Amino acid sequence: MTNGWVDIKNADVILAMGGNPAENHPVGFKWFIEAKKVRGAKLVVVDPRFTRTAAVADFYAPLRPGTDIAFLLGLIRYALNNGRYQEDYVRIHTNGPFIIKNEYSFNDGLFSGWDPNTKQYVKDSWGYQADPKSTAYGVDPTMQNPRCVLQLLKQHVDRYTPEMVERICGTPKDKFLKVAEIVTSTHPANRVGTITYALGWTQHSTAVQIIRTAAMLQLLLGNVGMPGGGVDAFRGHSNIQGATDTAGNTEILPGYLKTPQGQFQTLADYYKAAIPMTLNQQAWPSMNYWVNYPKFMVSLLKSVYGNAATKDNDWGYGWLPKIDGNYSWMYIFDDMYRGSSMRVGGKETGPEGFITFGMNPVGLGPNSKKMIAALSKLKWMVVVENAETESATFWKAPKEYGGAASSQIQTEVFMLPAANFAEKDGTFTNSARWLQWKWKALDPPGQAKMDQEILSRLFLAVQNLYRKEGGAVPEAVLNVTWAYANPVNPDLAEVLKEMSGKALGDIKDPKDPTKVLKTAGQQLDGFGQLQDDGSTLCGNWLHSGVYTEAGNNAQRRSTADPTGLGMFHNWAFSWPANRRIMYNRASADANGQPWDPTRVGIRWDGAKWVGDVPDMKPDAPPGTYGAFIMLPEGVGRLFAPALNDGPFPEHYEAVEAPIANPLHPKVTSNPTALIFKSDQDSFGTVDKFPYVCTTYRLTEHFHYWTKHQAGGVLNELMPGFFVEIPEPLARQKGIANGSKVKVSSARGAIEGTAMVTNRMPTLKIDGKDIWHIGFPIHWGYAAEKGHTGPLANFLTPSVGDPNTWTPEYKAFLVNLEKA
Amino acid sequence: MTVQALEIKRSSAAMWGTKTGLREKPVVSKYIDTTTCIGCKACEAACQEWNDLKTVATHQEGSYQTLPHLDADFWNLIRFNEREVDGGLMWLMRKDQCMHCAEPGCLEACPAPGAIVQYANGIVDVDPSKCIGCGYCSTGCPFDVPKFHKKTGKMAKCTLCVDRVEVGLEPACIKACPTGCLQFGSKEQMVAMGNARVSQLKGAGFQDAMLYDPQGVGGTSVVTVLGHGHPEWYDLPRDPHVPLLVRAWKSILRPLGVLAAFAAVLGVFGHYATYGPKEPPEGDAGGEGRTK
Repeated sequence: MTNGWVDIKNADVILAMGGNPAENHPVGFKWFIEAKKVRGAKLVVVDPRFTRTAAVADFYAPLRPGTDIAFLLGLIRYALNNGRYQEDYVRIHTNGPFIIKNEYSFNDGLFSGWDPNTKQYVKDSWGYQADPKSTAYGVDPTMQNPRCVLQLLKQHVDRYTPEMVERICGTPKDKFLKVAEIVTSTHPANRVGTITYALGWTQHSTAVQIIRTAAMLQLLLGNVGMPGGGVDAFRGHSNIQGATDTAGNTEILPGYLKTPQGQFQTLADYYKAAIPMTLNQQAWPSMNYWVNYPKFMVSLLKSVYGNAATKDNDWGYGWLPKIDGNYSWMYIFDDMYRGSSMRVGGKETGPEGFITFGMNPVGLGPNSKKMIAALSKLKWMVVVENAETESATFWKAPKEYGGAASSQIQTEVFMLPAANFAEKDGTFTNSARWLQWKWKALDPPGQAKMDQEILSRLFLAVQNLYRKEGGAVPEAVLNVTWAYANPVNPDLAEVLKEMSGKALGDIKDPKDPTKVLKTAGQQLDGFGQLQDDGSTLCGNWLHSGVYTEAGNNAQRRSTADPTGLGMFHNWAFSWPANRRIMYNRASADANGQPWDPTRVGIRWDGAKWVGDVPDMKPDAPPGTYGAFIMLPEGVGRLFAPALNDGPFPEHYEAVEAPIANPLHPKVTSNPTALIFKSDQDSFGTVDKFPYVCTTYRLTEHFHYWTKHQAGGVLNELMPGFFVEIPEPLARQKGIANGSKVKVSSARGAIEGTAMVTNRMPTLKIDGKDIWHIGFPIHWGYAAEKGHTGPLANFLTPSVGDPNTWTPEYKAFLVNLEKA
Repeated sequence: MTVQALEIKRSSAAMWGTKTGLREKPVVSKYIDTTTCIGCKACEAACQEWNDLKTVATHQEGSYQTLPHLDADFWNLIRFNEREVDGGLMWLMRKDQCMHCAEPGCLEACPAPGAIVQYANGIVDVDPSKCIGCGYCSTGCPFDVPKFHKKTGKMAKCTLCVDRVEVGLEPACIKACPTGCLQFGSKEQMVAMGNARVSQLKGAGFQDAMLYDPQGVGGTSVVTVLGHGHPEWYDLPRDPHVPLLVRAWKSILRPLGVLAAFAAVLGVFGHYATYGPKEPPEGDAGGEGRTK
């Protein structure tokens, strides 16, 4: 989240789309209720289903799964055409005034730079036009120049009329206009709204662009950086935020640094590609905070390689594993299944072994049949888990999942029992970026071990093998430092200290070199003290400050809230730097005075910025730097040159599309979407699979975990798996509530109990009856007796977003019949 | 089990009343705001856990609702009702459990002495050791709350966490609720809270919002804010009261019956005292003359 959980109570309007917060974040949802009850906030829900969130909303509008960009661009068009945007904010805090190169264009569903051979964009035309006089960013502060971003945006969204929104999304025009009126009512300086979302937006082949559209809308409305505003992402489960912060994904190192690619053989080459460059230092100067990248990177390398990392060996950069392509989820399993890597022309072998740590690939990966088939090709697999999940027992998958007979499967499977969340100390980082220390409630049972013990023992055993037997580049493994007090089971407080960072030598005050701020061994105050000369160690620059000389700040529990805005600066630690609201410079005008005096993010008091921890150099007067310090241009991006599928969002249908795209039938779906084409990947068309299907979660279940609960109440709260079907469609097919139905896609078929309901709307799409149905994901063939059910992902396709490669679980085509 | 620390106000099948008049207790009440209930069922789980209730197996029949109705092992159930109104859809969720009536129909109907008690604080509780499983309490209850254990036949229902309340804690369901739609306190406070919320709802467009505290049973120690003034939409009886038959039986017929029983016994002794034992008639063979 840019803002936070408690901050939601400060909103006048909350737009909940692409997520079901009451369902999946019932505790955090109390802040929505607080906003409604205390300040009379309006909750608007736009969703393919009338959910438990819609049940307590002030207004609900339906839309077809996968059409959120069309809806949001419709809202942007409404805002721009009706003057319902905060013009002063847009002028100083966004790239609305920036002039774009003449070479940039968009026609018939394709942006300039499309290469039909590589199926990728060459992005050179997606850039700012330099001012010929100064070679700085060319800008028009009046925002009238037809090539400035604001005008280009106006032209781009012009097609998204309320009629077009109805045609694409199915949302009745009057309902769309009501949503538009409520949401854009936050454009005045003294009104603020937030937009909340979750996996209903991230799990599409246009996911990143959906989210970007919401961010653009919030920038236009002047809501980013304001208490009660922002773009609030709700993470999918506890500590996924901690996982991604600490490099749980292949393309990032801790703190969202980039995993080095093989072509960057030196730190210098790596920095050149990683650090964004400004066009010049003139208009809209930016802190371009990533220029400090070397301080973060060298400090990280010192935490990995310790004393072995020196200036002479490029701080050990040469030993860091590099990537030569895409190692994200669907690629891993595609390689595993084929037995060869598709990345470099199929010339490498696929993985022969696999460690799955608290992760159930058969359950949660798309196209479960392919997952099972892939695991069957492995030589060995290690499953670290609390329960015998579908993945832990994949060779016993029921016949209908299409796996090979167990006698044919050669995979050697090791299962390592692990402690679960209630049996572990450590921190969870919540969606609001708060690192909160948690204490274990009980000891793990039997032989179950802590995650850190399992990892440490594995690593130290591998390191020992390298020591004894050598191998390819042994120094890469042998030089890793593991200097914990108990190396086989490190205390997590020790690890947290390492992540927060400490001085390895004297750190001097940059303003007064005679003053020593930190001596060797002392914990640092924050990332502002990191150095690129090897004198600091820091496992994750973004978390720096969580454990200082004062102690473990993640354990703080002060409820002091002097501003009444719910910032709670002394409760736990919020990255970065304990800042509670990101981009808070944008909460003030050009003179540093708050847009809304009742909701102050930060303000300039004449000498420094006060309020929240400023997202700005604390003593830099207003006008020195732009509000968006991490971006080279220093302002929020209405036009964003960085993504793989376009600098502006555009409505594309899901990869399995029920209709041709009304805007450009020749380019129906995202042309850069990730699509896998092994013989396990089949795709359906609307003639055989006439209904759109979506998948989702329930309050009563946690992913694929609850079904394993033995004898307790949790497993019974939701009586069982179901398929939600709109009433008129059920009538048409003679399907009664509670009867058995079969749902099939090009990948497979499942059976379940029908839940016939008017909460699934009836929508007219492009003049046609396009129905959508859906079902929850929480079941599988591995469960406590009486709690098995069909695997939802048996039906989903191996396709995904071209920027994050997240699979499209939320919109695919199916057929529905009585079973 | 009756809880000794609390004052009993009324007890089943006790004709002359059991009030001791010894200790003063304010009547307590739960507060439920259905307009902010998200149906998360934390309250269901909390009730099960606190009361060590046996897990009830559930079966999907086409609903989000955990069970079709309360059970002897499931005392707290969120009811889900979909309703179309003025072209708009509503999904109404209400926490269903014993209403702890001020005039409990179950207690009035119960023939087993002390099986159902009402404490001075308004909580209506069951003592299973005294319950005879006759099912009369079901007849007396207008909310269809009493449920019977399959094997033992004993009645079981929400106890308003009397064991927690007696030591100053709020009921488990109240504690577990994440949105604050459940509150607990004195009946007076909860009614005031309910009225304030109803005013707020009316201001926000819920024209017929109401506080459900049915006077037909003397009011209840569970007050419910309904966004729409149609209790039947929430599976609540519109105007609940103790059935006439139960009242008639307990307040009229039973006392009359007891009186009649005493009168009959008195009559027998009285008749004997007045007229003596029955004598055989004159002229019976072998009989002696009547003695005077």
